Amino acid sequence: MRFLLVEDNADLALSVSERLQLDGHAVDVASNLEQAEFCISGITYDLILLDIMLPDGNGQDFLNSQRRTNSSTPVIIMTAQNSVSDRVALLDSGADDYVTKPFDFAELEARCRAVLRRRGGSAQNTIAFGGMRFDPLAATICVGDQTRTLRNRELRLLEILLSSPERLFSKAHLVDRLFSYSEDPSENAIEVYVGRLRKKIEGSNARIETVRGVGYRILSE
Amino acid sequence: MNSKSLASGSLGRRLLLQLLVVAAILSALLYLAVRSVANQAAEASHDNILGASATAIAEQLGTNTEGIIIDIPYSAFSMLGAISDDRVFYRIDTDGETATGYEDLSRPNTLPTADKPIYYSTDFRNTKVRVAARSRVIPVNNKPVNVLILVAQTQRGQDAITAKVANTAAALGIGFFLVAGALSWLATRSTVKPLYNVANAIGRRGAHDLRPLQSPVPLELTPLLTALNEFIARLRGALNRTETFMAEAAHHVRTPLATVRTQAEIALRQAETDASRKTLRTVIRAVDESSRSASQLLDHAMISYRSDQLTLDTFDYSDLVQDVIRALGATAELKDLAIVSELEQNLEFIGDRVLIEIALHNLLDNAIKYSPFDSTVTIILRKNGERAVFIVKDEGRGLAGANQSALSERFKRGDNVNDIVGSGLGLTMVEAIADAHKGAFTIQQISGGGTCATLSL
Repeated sequence: MRFLLVEDNADLALSVSERLQLDGHAVDVASNLEQAEFCISGITYDLILLDIMLPDGNGQDFLNSQRRTNSSTPVIIMTAQNSVSDRVALLDSGADDYVTKPFDFAELEARCRAVLRRRGGSAQNTIAFGGMRFDPLAATICVGDQTRTLRNRELRLLEILLSSPERLFSKAHLVDRLFSYSEDPSENAIEVYVGRLRKKIEGSNARIETVRGVGYRILSE
Repeated sequence: MNSKSLASGSLGRRLLLQLLVVAAILSALLYLAVRSVANQAAEASHDNILGASATAIAEQLGTNTEGIIIDIPYSAFSMLGAISDDRVFYRIDTDGETATGYEDLSRPNTLPTADKPIYYSTDFRNTKVRVAARSRVIPVNNKPVNVLILVAQTQRGQDAITAKVANTAAALGIGFFLVAGALSWLATRSTVKPLYNVANAIGRRGAHDLRPLQSPVPLELTPLLTALNEFIARLRGALNRTETFMAEAAHHVRTPLATVRTQAEIALRQAETDASRKTLRTVIRAVDESSRSASQLLDHAMISYRSDQLTLDTFDYSDLVQDVIRALGATAELKDLAIVSELEQNLEFIGDRVLIEIALHNLLDNAIKYSPFDSTVTIILRKNGERAVFIVKDEGRGLAGANQSALSERFKRGDNVNDIVGSGLGLTMVEAIADAHKGAFTIQQISGGGTCATLSL
């Protein structure tokens, strides 16, 4: 996906774009409204991440002008305010969703997906692998003429494995990415999800291989 | 604060009292004036009759060579009988000697002139009488003889008239006072009314309505209104500055925290050893914890601030539940939790929307936090009599025997939750919000696992 990140704090902007790139997204950074306007004039983004307090104005103004020009690019606001009244105001403002700083990227991704789904996002980002077609946005895999729905953790697990087929992912790495940091699951918890995912991709040529004591990888036969 | 203790006198009462004093004085004057005019009129007509009687006698005086012939006409006394049944006395003196009548009827101090009677009051045999005196000079044998005629009448009839007049005057005075009093009361009320209008305009406002007062007021109240509006403007300014400050403070604290967290996530992705993974996870958890505490402390402050005076609205509680589910949906999704909602639709109730949203947000957030993966969180909204009942159920670890009052204590958490980030403020807030709405909050363990929180508002 292609993100526009509008954030004036250089450290945060750099970190967020680096973090999103780790998940395979393309990110342009605008540090003020003027740059943001410039960016959207030339490129169509899948999603805009918008900070509200910017040096040359309020992100709300940018949002309003976006809505006026009937731009359909979804906007997720990154806010530093988290009281309920602020939240109500944010959702009334025309934003599609918001995340409160500091945010969890897994949650951000889930929100992005939900927003894109609500906006009737296309299936253009489907991934074909081992005779199956994976649509991360719709959270489905098509095997033959069968469409199977993935639950969130199955989806993320498959996404991680498919981001680099044949690469071996350690259990620890997968735990870090699948579970929230406030939980402390055992590494074996991963096995449950691997087992489920295996069932979902049954019938295709894709196969999740267990490398005992190390981790998992996805292969196409 | 007791508003009575603040009142020093009452403008309305003072005005009413002053108007009543004026009305009383005017009533008394009216009473005296009516009585004296009526008495004078009655006395004057009595005098005229007495005078006419005396004149009639004087006119019937005749002379012969021996002297004066006194022939009192019947009409002279009959006309007096027309006034009342009072007794009538007379005395006729010729040249200072009593010719006929009661010689102890006292004469006037100054003798009347020839053509005009004089009137006076005196005592006659211990009774008050009114006397008309008339004189006439009659020539007897070419010698003028001075004849003095006195006609007197007791005053019982006159007194009766006076008493009647006094009663009428008193009734008139009291009537005037009552009417004036009622009008004073109305006038006072209508004068003081704009003050109450201003007070009502302020009193009706929501706790957070800081617009200037616009309602028209009488000229005399404009300084008060201007001062009040200036005060409101200052208050609004202070509040705005506080809000801006809070927003900026949050921005400046949370932005670097977000950087730290993001960097930690990136580092965690590249971590090679279990030790560094553990460290980085600790960092992320600490960041989440501080962020969460900050939010909850703000919410807690908001509750203390709003509980005193709720901002009440009528709104559809099922909409609110859906908003909260939407806000927390992503969090639930990450754990593969299903949120099942059983909402009665169109449940319009009165409540403080912001506070109720905080309460629900906390309950659902708790349920999600303490739920195992792949489980279900159920949120039910239904009507129970006049109340709306929210029920949030999870399939989590329950309360490990902790009782509700302990969990609702500030910063107090259950014994079985050390592995989960939390501030210990959530239930305290929910309970405070239930209290502010005169509702009830209970949380209990479900036998067979899980927790059931019931908030009834």
